[in-house]
Amino acid sequence: MRKATLFAGLVAGVSMFAFSAAQAVEIQYWQYVFDTRVKAMDELIANFQKANPDITVKQVTFPYADYQTRVVAAKLSGQGPDVLQLYYGWLDKFASGGVLQPLPKDAFPHEMIEKEFFPIVSAMKRGEDYYGLPTAVRSLALFYNKKAFTDAGLDPANPPKTLDEMVAAAEKTTKRDASGNLEQEGITLDMAGQDQHWWREVLVRQFGGEPYTDNDRKVAYNSDGGKKALKFYTDLQLEKNVGQAGFMDEGQAAFKAGKAAMTIDGTFRLGAFRTIKDFEWAVAELPAGPDGKQSNFASYFANGIGAAATGEKLEAAKKFLAYVTSPEAMEIWMKTVGELPARQSAALTDANLADPINGPFLKGLTYAHTTLFVDEAAQRQTAIDMVNRVFLQGQSVDDSIAEAASAEQAILDAAPK
Amino acid sequence: MATLAPAASTHAPHRGMSMRARRLFWVWGFLALPIVFYSVIRFYPTFQSFWLSLTDWNLMNPAKFIGVANYQKLWADPEFWKVFKNTFAYLIFGMPISLLLSFVIAYYLDRVRFLHGFIRALYFLPYLTTAAAMAWVWRWFYQPPPIGFINEVLTTVGLPQQPFLRSTSQALPSIMVTAIWAGLGFQIIIFMAGLRAIPTTYYEAARIDGLGEWAILRRITLPLLKPTTVFLVVFSSIGFLRIFDQVYNMTSNDPGGPLGSTKPLVLMIYQTAFSSYAMGYAAAQTVVLFIILLCISLLQLWLLREKT
Amino acid sequence: MSATTATTPIMPFANVRPGRIIAWTLLFIGGLLMITPIVFMFSTSLKPASEVYDLRIIPATPTLENYYAVMADGRFLRWFFNSTLVACAVTVSNLFFDSLVGYTLAKFRFRGRMFVFIAILSTLMIPTEMLVIPWYLMSAQFGWLDSYWGIMFPGMMTAFGSFLMKQFFEGVPDDFLEAARIDGLNEFAIWWKVAMPLVTPALSALAIFTFLGNWTAFFWPLIVTTSPELYTLPVGLSSFAVQEAIQWERIMTGAALATIPTLVVFLLLQRYIVRGVMLAGLKG
Repeated sequence: MRKATLFAGLVAGVSMFAFSAAQAVEIQYWQYVFDTRVKAMDELIANFQKANPDITVKQVTFPYADYQTRVVAAKLSGQGPDVLQLYYGWLDKFASGGVLQPLPKDAFPHEMIEKEFFPIVSAMKRGEDYYGLPTAVRSLALFYNKKAFTDAGLDPANPPKTLDEMVAAAEKTTKRDASGNLEQEGITLDMAGQDQHWWREVLVRQFGGEPYTDNDRKVAYNSDGGKKALKFYTDLQLEKNVGQAGFMDEGQAAFKAGKAAMTIDGTFRLGAFRTIKDFEWAVAELPAGPDGKQSNFASYFANGIGAAATGEKLEAAKKFLAYVTSPEAMEIWMKTVGELPARQSAALTDANLADPINGPFLKGLTYAHTTLFVDEAAQRQTAIDMVNRVFLQGQSVDDSIAEAASAEQAILDAAPK
Repeated sequence: MATLAPAASTHAPHRGMSMRARRLFWVWGFLALPIVFYSVIRFYPTFQSFWLSLTDWNLMNPAKFIGVANYQKLWADPEFWKVFKNTFAYLIFGMPISLLLSFVIAYYLDRVRFLHGFIRALYFLPYLTTAAAMAWVWRWFYQPPPIGFINEVLTTVGLPQQPFLRSTSQALPSIMVTAIWAGLGFQIIIFMAGLRAIPTTYYEAARIDGLGEWAILRRITLPLLKPTTVFLVVFSSIGFLRIFDQVYNMTSNDPGGPLGSTKPLVLMIYQTAFSSYAMGYAAAQTVVLFIILLCISLLQLWLLREKT
Repeated sequence: MSATTATTPIMPFANVRPGRIIAWTLLFIGGLLMITPIVFMFSTSLKPASEVYDLRIIPATPTLENYYAVMADGRFLRWFFNSTLVACAVTVSNLFFDSLVGYTLAKFRFRGRMFVFIAILSTLMIPTEMLVIPWYLMSAQFGWLDSYWGIMFPGMMTAFGSFLMKQFFEGVPDDFLEAARIDGLNEFAIWWKVAMPLVTPALSALAIFTFLGNWTAFFWPLIVTTSPELYTLPVGLSSFAVQEAIQWERIMTGAALATIPTLVVFLLLQRYIVRGVMLAGLKG
């Protein structure tokens, strides 16, 4: 009798195990920690799991600074994620390191990708394969403090449209105290933030230069245009006195505290800025250059499929990736994170274009460039150092840009082709 | 230690194990796990580090033996020399300043009776704080106006603003101050323990001989405090050479900046290993750190040895 | 305990010279300067966002909203728990193993004793920074990354602790141990029941150091943990501060939360802690 019940229990247990194993496939989704992104992904996962009860998705997050190392370490121990997010600039590292597999063409046909998504998605292509698709893309815009404008006698409904107008507005909105200390800056200067992209893909081009050539493998900003661009940027602090690097520690902190009239930042900052209560702010397209040239920097985080995903997990991963890059998911992402949909149809709707916040960002997307970084952290450091040498060591613009160019070229040359 | 074991007990066949053998059984039984632990956790990784430093390995592709190429690269790397200079700057300025300060404070604090415990607590409290947490507090202190506390004080007193963390010349001293501040309490307590261990009879005898306070300090206190001083010199030197927590947290958006002026060796190791994941190159840097620590410690022990 | 109390009069004001007053005042002011950062940390944590840049010590409108906000998502409590767990586990392990090693090296003569002693002592020369890469690789291979064991394993025993305990065990009279042997106790029981109770000051000193060191550890936990749920308090605070987009009142609150436990423990156990540090320094 006891043996029978024991046996029955064993069978029941094993069958339940087998049953549930067949039932739920668990896949892992990795991204970096950022409040709104995690929240948005939670919502997407909940929706997906409701529609696919036999798949569970576990979200794992790491701090941005460690993210890449974690992915590599996971590959080392054979425990990689099934779907993972990656900055488009990391693709070289991840693809050559065997962390990603090409997107299966059956679920993600190339014609669909090229028709539906913004052209900048081509940065995810290596050879004949796409290695990831973005849910959302980001661009830059000029944020400005309406209250600061009104106080300075400027019209908050008419933000600056050219660089000259921007500098004039900055001069009017800069406030200093009796000892000459900055109380409110006209425009933030934060090379460690988005300013490096503004400098590279926007200012350099607007002053007649090019940041890189040869598929972003050859530094080209050590030119007249580049020098003029750097001079313009550093003059903001040194000549026009409308900003100060390090003021309030970070540019977006200054803007958020109401101590900066303007700042150049991306869509991802919208979530943080929406909590501002003390003043009204608005968004405008990036100012045009001296001869009316407009440019912008677009970037995105794409979602790819881990190299180790096979069989059931691969099927589940394909389904999840398809959902996460669907128009519905993009809507949710836009609402929660503030980033723009990566599909043109979802993005360039009349409603979106007319929206006071999303409009300028979307318009910027149409003339945006993207940089193919080989080592984003190191290349960012060269830009930070370039500006610091001018600010802190009084080096001339020409010398600093030459030094930065050779340093960055060394980085580009050291990377595998 | 007197053992009860008879001389020839190791050969006694009766009663199973002899006393001596039994004791040996306990000794090695006690030491077994620790020996395994230290071998696996301390010795083996040391050799592995040395070996790794002779390879180039970026975690993704298999390791390749490249001999001393990493060291040659290090020797030729200007960033390394900058880091080397910074690390020694932390040591050469940080250690003497903090030791001098803590000795003076300990010397006078020892003579204080009124509210002694309270004042001692004031000095000791910073030692108990988490370096990472207080680094952020100090970072806030060093901000330019309008939010920086120190600059605010300077303005009130009429002194000019200082860029502190935003200056290539002031950033390292600023961070060093934070490190000195944190370690002062420990050094003060140790010095006080050392001071209290000196028998008062020596002082009484000296006073009878007519020696003044300063002479007493020079001829009696300091020499008798030597073991304590040596301990603190070596201990705090090692601490300054390995500084990391404060630098990482105080320069998070431009690590080791500005322009690499605050970057110590450990931060370079961290970046090489866990941002660029050049494991071989990073291992070479750790070996260099090891050699520096070893040399400095041995040098200090030799310089401060008992000269009879 | 203190040699100088024998010569100092009982009445605190009886022997006061102007020099003494100056020295005391300077010391007192110095002490206040020392805790200024800590005071400001707490004061800012109690300020609403609008007042943060208003550098007064006492907030005009003190509020606990920062604490609520920071603790609301439960991360800080999690990190606090992680730190406590790791620090306690490592401390207990050290108290056990370091004492065992120290006792064995102090109280037994056997062939190889010097060798083992020197070997363990020599590990003091090896900086953890050099071991971190191999530890990381080891952890990656065995799946210890992102686990409590991963944070704890390097510190389970230390040469410093073993050395400290050895020094103290040498002061334990052999007669006690011999008497216990005659009574028939086995060596483990002798260590545990006879020797250990005789070195409690050393044990408390070791406990304090080990706990404090692990509570404030940053470098290795930073490297070995990947999920935010496993962060120890210092690592969690650092990631929190970097991500909090420099909201200083929140960061100060986080730092305050990380500091309050140690402060409380210190205020309660000040005497033991100071005595423990002194003991370690004297014997070290």
